[in-house]
Amino acid sequence: MTVIDRILVPIKRVVDANVRVRVKPDGSGMALDGVKMSINPFDEIALEEALRIRERGETGEVVVVSIGSQVCTQQLRAGLAMGADRAILVESDLELEPLTVARTLKAVVERENSELVILDKQAIDGDNNQTGQMLATLWGRPQACFSSHLRFSNGVATAMREVDAGMEVIEVDLPAVVTTDLRLNEPRYTKLPDILKAKKKPLETLSLAELGIEPEVQFRVLGIEPPPQRASGVRVNDVAELVQALRQKGVV
Amino acid sequence: MARVLIVAEHDGATLNASTAKCVSCAASFESSAIDVAVLADDGAGVAAQAAAIDGVTGVVRLDHPANRYAVAAVAAPQIAELAADYTHVFGPSTTFGKDLMPRIAALLGVGQLSDIMSAETPWRFKRPIYAGNAILTVEASQDRPVVATVRTASYQAAESGAAAPITERAVETELPSHTRYVELRSDSGGGRPDLQTASRVISGGRGVGSKENFEIIDGLADALGAAVGASRAAVDAGYAGNDLQVGQTGKIIAPDLYIAVGISGAIQHLTGIKDAGVIVAINKDAEAPLFEIADIGLVADLFTAVPELVEALKT
Repeated sequence: MTVIDRILVPIKRVVDANVRVRVKPDGSGMALDGVKMSINPFDEIALEEALRIRERGETGEVVVVSIGSQVCTQQLRAGLAMGADRAILVESDLELEPLTVARTLKAVVERENSELVILDKQAIDGDNNQTGQMLATLWGRPQACFSSHLRFSNGVATAMREVDAGMEVIEVDLPAVVTTDLRLNEPRYTKLPDILKAKKKPLETLSLAELGIEPEVQFRVLGIEPPPQRASGVRVNDVAELVQALRQKGVV
Repeated sequence: MARVLIVAEHDGATLNASTAKCVSCAASFESSAIDVAVLADDGAGVAAQAAAIDGVTGVVRLDHPANRYAVAAVAAPQIAELAADYTHVFGPSTTFGKDLMPRIAALLGVGQLSDIMSAETPWRFKRPIYAGNAILTVEASQDRPVVATVRTASYQAAESGAAAPITERAVETELPSHTRYVELRSDSGGGRPDLQTASRVISGGRGVGSKENFEIIDGLADALGAAVGASRAAVDAGYAGNDLQVGQTGKIIAPDLYIAVGISGAIQHLTGIKDAGVIVAINKDAEAPLFEIADIGLVADLFTAVPELVEALKT
């Protein structure tokens, strides 16, 4: 049996997936005041997978890490309540680009001697889909991106990846980075006693400087605007009218 | 002057249309080169297809047994080595490109831009965030290479008919062995057009009710020569394969005609179809959000309306 030294699960605080976010009318940013914040859904899946690996006896410890301001401790506490053993906050009030996030995570991975990092394929705010791949590269290790099934044997992870053409199976040697797709698992619900227990679990705060990271800004945001709206359409009453409308538009 | 390198996506025999879409993006700004890199075990056929794309100035062939399957960790160092001659390195925003391009960027020590929708200048781009609820305008520095994925739904594939020169380059980069391709499993298709490039797409949602009922969607697709898609709810429920999922975390598509059957239209799904030409919604729930963006809406029970539609299209 494979025993993985410590799984690291990076989690990102994002606007809850059920909130419909909009650009502020003055175009200065997104209207996010007072909206519900949650763990990025793909990170919940990542944490669930790490917990299941631990429950199978294939690792001894699951550590959640978040990079952001103090408020991210809410999401770290939620991760501890789900079952993570301890948490690390890398405190920063800056908006960090994925490359800086990946550099920071690499520093944490090395500090924690972690053998496996499981994280989201993308955060639902920036939709970048980069951090896991960059972390794997900087770390000089393989990646299994968009995974929907994951098993371990003799220091090798076998992953099924959701790719455009279907399901791709790959093997990667540990240590490795895995990014999660939707169907990897269904995250558990947190029970109230676990929320109380989570308050007693260790949560350590580090700074970027302590990890030797200097944030780098490579892209300049010049503006943010709402997407172009589609003109509203017509309602038809039956299939005959539908066919007529399709023919009028020249699409059938 | 910009010099663009595009990483070709292919299956060993056929070049994916996503590559010609990346060429269109590169051709939308001034540049002195648009070259395509073809990594394969024997890339002769694919390189010839790439060389035929209008606007391509050259094709670089990197043949190596390790390039038989697209493995990001294997491809990235080879592309990073080529990148020294270019100002831009583009790949498609498909699972192929999403897997690979950040790896190239990290090797080059630069950030990456995801899902370019338009180029204002060679260094200024628009890209969607928050499931397409906002569009960012971002500027990259001219001092370092721009590594980016091109949002394939935002571009038409460039035409073919040209014949750019093809050069072969030996692979001298050290390639990692820590990642091994095992196999590809695919259960969909059935001779239908490819979902990402089809001009017509019929998608089914939770309202379809079961895997067996999904044949109704297949039937309409076949009547129209269309590809089949599905909402996340339908995929999660096991009605359709994951490779058919359309939406924020699935495929982003731009067919001429999109017919959504029994799909309520969560924002994450709408993200995947916003660029479609004509959107049709068929749903018995008149309040379904999809009706808000549909060009044509029909409030009806899909189990009667779809077979009726198939019949009507025959006449």
